[in-house]
Amino acid sequence: MMDFATILQVFDSTVRLATPLLLACLAGLYSERAGIYDIGLEGKMLAAAFFSGAIAAVTGSVWLGLLAGIAASTALSGIHGLAAITFRGNQLISGVAVNFLAAGLTVVIAQDWFKQGGRTPSLIGGARFTPVKLPLADTLREVPILGPIYYELISGHTILVYLAFAMVPLTWWLLFRTRFGLRLRAVGENPAAVDTAGVSVVGNRYAAVAICGLLCGIAGAYLATALQAGFVKDMTAGRGYIALAALIFAKWRPWYALSSTLLFGFLQAIALRYQNIDLGGVVVPVQFMDALPYILTVVILAGFVGKAIPPRAGGEPYVKER
Amino acid sequence: MTTLQKFLGATAALALSTGAALADPALIFDLGGKFDKSFNEAAFAGAEKWKAETGGNFNEIELQSEAQREQALRRFAEAGNNPIVMTGFAFGSVLAEVAPDYPDTKFAIIDMVVDAPNVRSVVFNEHEGSYLVGMMAAMASKTGTVGFIGGMDIPLIRKFACGYVQGVKAANPDATVIQNMTGTTPAAWNDPVKGGELTKAQISQGADVVYAAAGGTGVGVLQAAADEGILSIGVDSNQNHLHPGKVLTSMMKRVDNAVYDTFMAGTDMEPGINVMGIANGGISFAVDEHNAPLLTDAMLASTYKAALDIATGEVTVHDYMSDNTCPAE
Repeated sequence: MMDFATILQVFDSTVRLATPLLLACLAGLYSERAGIYDIGLEGKMLAAAFFSGAIAAVTGSVWLGLLAGIAASTALSGIHGLAAITFRGNQLISGVAVNFLAAGLTVVIAQDWFKQGGRTPSLIGGARFTPVKLPLADTLREVPILGPIYYELISGHTILVYLAFAMVPLTWWLLFRTRFGLRLRAVGENPAAVDTAGVSVVGNRYAAVAICGLLCGIAGAYLATALQAGFVKDMTAGRGYIALAALIFAKWRPWYALSSTLLFGFLQAIALRYQNIDLGGVVVPVQFMDALPYILTVVILAGFVGKAIPPRAGGEPYVKER
Repeated sequence: MTTLQKFLGATAALALSTGAALADPALIFDLGGKFDKSFNEAAFAGAEKWKAETGGNFNEIELQSEAQREQALRRFAEAGNNPIVMTGFAFGSVLAEVAPDYPDTKFAIIDMVVDAPNVRSVVFNEHEGSYLVGMMAAMASKTGTVGFIGGMDIPLIRKFACGYVQGVKAANPDATVIQNMTGTTPAAWNDPVKGGELTKAQISQGADVVYAAAGGTGVGVLQAAADEGILSIGVDSNQNHLHPGKVLTSMMKRVDNAVYDTFMAGTDMEPGINVMGIANGGISFAVDEHNAPLLTDAMLASTYKAALDIATGEVTVHDYMSDNTCPAE
């Protein structure tokens, strides 16, 4: 039922769909590794999508848009950090608050600025990220098998896609090969020990939350300025939650995060391409494909396939012993 | 009714009776929002036209959540607004409950039938309009493959799809139609990213004209179609201007006319079922300066002829919602 070209197209779609999930998943990874649960990935992406779309529309520069998206997302991260780290509030509640704040504010501000019912004007020209053609893509196109793979699948994405994939080894290196990473992981496992060693728990957690904001900002900007040409209300459509599920599926590890988001992206791409999949007489409805990421996560959480152990100090505000 | 409710009701009535002297009409927009470039925006345009012509005033609210439906309806009714128009099938069950409580207030619901003595139900023959744009799609297509992208998978959207397929087959019996629904939850109305991906998937399967009946998701469909250099077809309002030269046409539901007529009739509005089709100008397709270069004379001639045939009853387009099946695939 699938020829080579179709498979390439499905994988191409997988890459596009997995990119925002991957960025958001890595964002959550930094935050949760440092002991700050972040259910507000969705809200941060949404805010970033709006501000990147809005600023890109006003200035005509997609790079300014990206910066604005990152700034908005990081600002929401700051609110989350303030509530969860400084004031030791409940991290889940603060995360939900971020989601609500973003869902409401984006539409209200968009309506006030553009009067188009909570959307930004369509972005044109330099206000959007355009596909990057990798070197030699055209010349190598004719090479059998590898040529089309290079041309269709690897080349022709926007710069943010390559950035997202580059973030995976970078995250691994940062978390597991640097002092900063060791400390960041330690504040999520045993903050008291870090504190005893004279390293600031609060500082490290804020740093993690800030990185989370940065990555969510890129994810949101990718949705509004690369995949689409503008912001539409609620355009993240639950991708932040799927990223959270992917994070659990990945057991809070960068390379696993890549494979789990690619898997979830692939499931979505398949569901988009085939409405109902006929597997030898058994028809798999598209709804099942849509639900599969969540089902897989539940299976993982239930301990059927390995065990997902969250960072030990996750969700707990750090209180110095007196 | 408990005493407390009665008391509250009385206070509310008292408080609101000051403003109830003039019977301004009211308009309630569904979750898509007033400026959705589509359905709700058309309703708004109709109300604005009435306002400009009569100098009257109307009240309006944009719903933000499901929970507000009944609240908004009752508040307008209590405030003495008459008639009250609401856009969207989702108001059906709520209106059936609320309408009997305000027998002196006239209600009009668009896209749904509610059987009550003070309700006008405006329904559209979307299958007829979809048939016409389906014909145009088949005639404009070079590959013989065209696409349909629906929003939430509900019978109403299947009705669009079914009419479209019939039209495509009427113009080109060998044509292939690829159909996709965005999702099964209301989020499917606001997911342009998924709409864009669906479009790309259809393009890779050979589609070169795509019809979107998907609310905000359709924005993504039209965008992806324009980016990839194929044609798209808009829905509800005239969406030709969104990507000039890239949108073949738009299937227009004259929701604006429906709202305008209702507001014009005012408190004397006739209740009952009001079917808007090609015959009475409730359904049409958009031709303007943005898509004129795309349309050939032959294309227009056969489409207008089909419109005439449908209006006179010579051609009947099957309505999916009449029996929940579609004769064409």
